[in-house]
Amino acid sequence: MKLRYWLRPTLWLIPMTVGLLLGACHRAEPLPFRLTNVTGHMPKLEFTLTNDEGKTVSASDYRGKVVLLYFGYTHCPDVCPLTLAHLHVVMQRLGKLAEGARILFVTVDPGRDTPSVLHGYVKAFDSHAIGLTGSPRDIEALVKRYRASFTREPSSSDGNYEVSHSSAIYVFDRLGNPRVLSTPADSQDDLVHDLHLLLSHGASR
Amino acid sequence: MKFRTVPCLLLAGVLLAGGAHADEAAHITASHGWIRILPGNLPAGAYVTLTNHGDKPAVLQGASSPAYGEVMLHKSSTEGGVSRMSMVKALNVPAHGTVRLAPGGYHLMLMKAGHPIEPGNFVRMTLRFRDGSHLVSNFIARPANAVDAGD
Repeated sequence: MKLRYWLRPTLWLIPMTVGLLLGACHRAEPLPFRLTNVTGHMPKLEFTLTNDEGKTVSASDYRGKVVLLYFGYTHCPDVCPLTLAHLHVVMQRLGKLAEGARILFVTVDPGRDTPSVLHGYVKAFDSHAIGLTGSPRDIEALVKRYRASFTREPSSSDGNYEVSHSSAIYVFDRLGNPRVLSTPADSQDDLVHDLHLLLSHGASR
Repeated sequence: MKFRTVPCLLLAGVLLAGGAHADEAAHITASHGWIRILPGNLPAGAYVTLTNHGDKPAVLQGASSPAYGEVMLHKSSTEGGVSRMSMVKALNVPAHGTVRLAPGGYHLMLMKAGHPIEPGNFVRMTLRFRDGSHLVSNFIARPANAVDAGD
């Protein structure tokens, strides 16, 4: 009798545990990202631009791939190459998983960055990188969609100019949903970690 | 003989005067100099570590190279999520201190390459200090996706 009294209050734990286990099967736990999680806080990847081979492409062409979106320009001698060189190392660290990823380098300087200039530039960094250009209006729309920004600085006497631009890398899952944001202050290890999570799970996550 | 001696003496005098006043560069060593080569004629970034062995600060004011039409001292910065570049007129190398020109910070922007430069080539750079002294250093050309001098 003593034992039964002792057991009774704990009996409700059994259905609850079973319920939790069943629930876990239906609804996946959120992925344990290390970078800033932006899931549900930004719109899905949507654009129509021109790729570095001169073809019109849209976001749907990259569904099924984990996309790393970065805004930059080729006349940027320091920060953009640094970012792309780091992404090249990240791709190398991912090994075969990198086949499921694409780096989309969207120029904020369409006046100088033609598809052929972009092609030579991105391929000098990584085989998974694609350069995208388009009309100033289409580029601005994409920049605004992700609350990014860019400003063309005044030209020097020889007509050269710099473009200040957002430094973040936006990471989208295979369905085009924004998932994490990587900034220059974040570690490369964290980006590799989060990409690993996205690349090693199925399309639904 | 006399006609030859006079210009020689003048030259020696100029060199001596230069040596007496211009000595910031004499106390600086440059190491790990490299250039990130980008395709086409795009501007490239150059990086180097400067160590001042002297008792006085040295001030880097610019650089030049026979391989490039224009070299500028710049600094990249990221504030409020935005990356931008600014011109730098003077970069202080403290006495017995080290300053690194490295990706994402201080760098030399190289423009108008006279001829294509291949990774693995060495490029002569002349660093110019405030007192007019110069330091010549060879920078190694590295591929676009390099992250450092590779040494």
